[in-house]
Amino acid sequence: MIALFWRDMRLAMRAGGGFGLGLSFFLILTVLVPFGVGPQSEILSVIAPGILWVGALLACLLSLDRIFALDFEDGSLDLLATAPIPLEGVVAMKAAAHWVTTGLPLVIAAPVLGVLLHLEGGAVRWLILGLIIGTPALSMIGAFGAGLTVGLKRGGLLMSLLVLPLYVPTLIFGAEVVKRGALGMEVQGVILILTAITLAVWALLPFAAAAALRINLR
Amino acid sequence: MASLWQYANPQKFLAVSRAVLPFVAGGAAICLVVGLVWGFFFTPDDYKQGSTVKIIYLHVPAALMAINAWLMMLVASLIWLVRRHHVSALAAKAAAPIGITMTVIALVTGAIWGEPMWGTYWAWDPRLTSFLILFLFYLGYSALWQAIESPDAAADLTSVLCMVGSVFAILSRYAVNFWNQGLHQGASLSLDKEENVSDVFYLPLLVCIAGFILLFVALVLLRTQTEIRQRQLKALEARERMA
Amino acid sequence: MPDLGKYADAVLGSYAVTIVLLVALIGHSVWRGRRVRRQLAEIQARNGK
Repeated sequence: MIALFWRDMRLAMRAGGGFGLGLSFFLILTVLVPFGVGPQSEILSVIAPGILWVGALLACLLSLDRIFALDFEDGSLDLLATAPIPLEGVVAMKAAAHWVTTGLPLVIAAPVLGVLLHLEGGAVRWLILGLIIGTPALSMIGAFGAGLTVGLKRGGLLMSLLVLPLYVPTLIFGAEVVKRGALGMEVQGVILILTAITLAVWALLPFAAAAALRINLR
Repeated sequence: MASLWQYANPQKFLAVSRAVLPFVAGGAAICLVVGLVWGFFFTPDDYKQGSTVKIIYLHVPAALMAINAWLMMLVASLIWLVRRHHVSALAAKAAAPIGITMTVIALVTGAIWGEPMWGTYWAWDPRLTSFLILFLFYLGYSALWQAIESPDAAADLTSVLCMVGSVFAILSRYAVNFWNQGLHQGASLSLDKEENVSDVFYLPLLVCIAGFILLFVALVLLRTQTEIRQRQLKALEARERMA
Repeated sequence: MPDLGKYADAVLGSYAVTIVLLVALIGHSVWRGRRVRRQLAEIQARNGK
């Protein structure tokens, strides 16, 4: 299983593997927002946490369809499904590799891009904390969506429609962490809920995603 | 795959629903007409909300059906996954457009009702926001049915989506309540039945709710019949092409 | 028509939207039902069932 994890990591890092794609998208989005909203720092610093969270969501989506699609096309997914490791484990390893190559870089990039959006200094650590806890959930939920649509030729847009509503709880609580933390309010409860969501998603969705893959591999 | 379609269960469904449908439809028509006419013409205005209280006869039943349609889809999906009754899977597929329509009615009437109270056509009230999210789940569910070619795979995948979606819908409900609670305490739209307990409003409301429920059942029966016939049609067309 | 006062637009608008949507839903369901039933009958007749 670990071998699978490293294999997916290497594939993602290779040229054309989509590693830089999510980050570049994140950057472009952050640059576009002030053009749309105006450069006043008062406005930007209020919406900065939300923009960065939404940007992270969308950037995650970009590289999700390749989680299974490439292996599905060349037949390796069939092999993985019949391998001795459980398909749920395959899903978990692929989602983990996706997080390390997409989610984690987003977490590191967020405070840097936050400078462009006049993100308040006090909010930075809460943003990072929320993103670190929340982005693994995004990868796993995305893996589920990718599993549902793996057989479709242009399933990317449909996958976004399926996955984005599932992102709402993580987004709401992640943004809440930043908002309350920056105001100095009580933030433990929200962090616990966010963590609980991520843990539950990782515990349960691999089964749903594996079920979807088995259906599509029939 | 199509040639393996055994028509036993679906045939029974078609026969039974054909017999029952006129009565359900008739009952729906009666309840809807009676309830809406009663509510619109023969109830007084509300002390606080004026004549807008009459919107309750549309908004509450539609909202209830929007949720109940999803619940029915969830149960039907589970029956499909466990017992593999094709009729069940098709009934879930048939219910989705009805649920979508009910959700839209709930959203639009909710927004129109809120406008005189809030001065704006949309407010991110927890209840309305939850319905907006439900709308998105409905769209995704229907889109997945349309996208997958193999009927059995489509039934399986949409069933899994329905189950996962249900969990997230409930989770989102709590998240949205949490998200909006600090901002507009007390100004959130209280369209609870509890607020208008007096019989004067409650009885016609019950009749309207009954009407909407019967309408939902009638439409599910009708649309499931259509889905079954559509499958038979595709099977025969495929056989014709191969002959 | 009862006196709807200043909320006439809101109330009538709600009823109008709801009725239009329900009629559209019912109409589409019936239309599609009839169409599929007709197509099925045709193909069954063609193949002698």
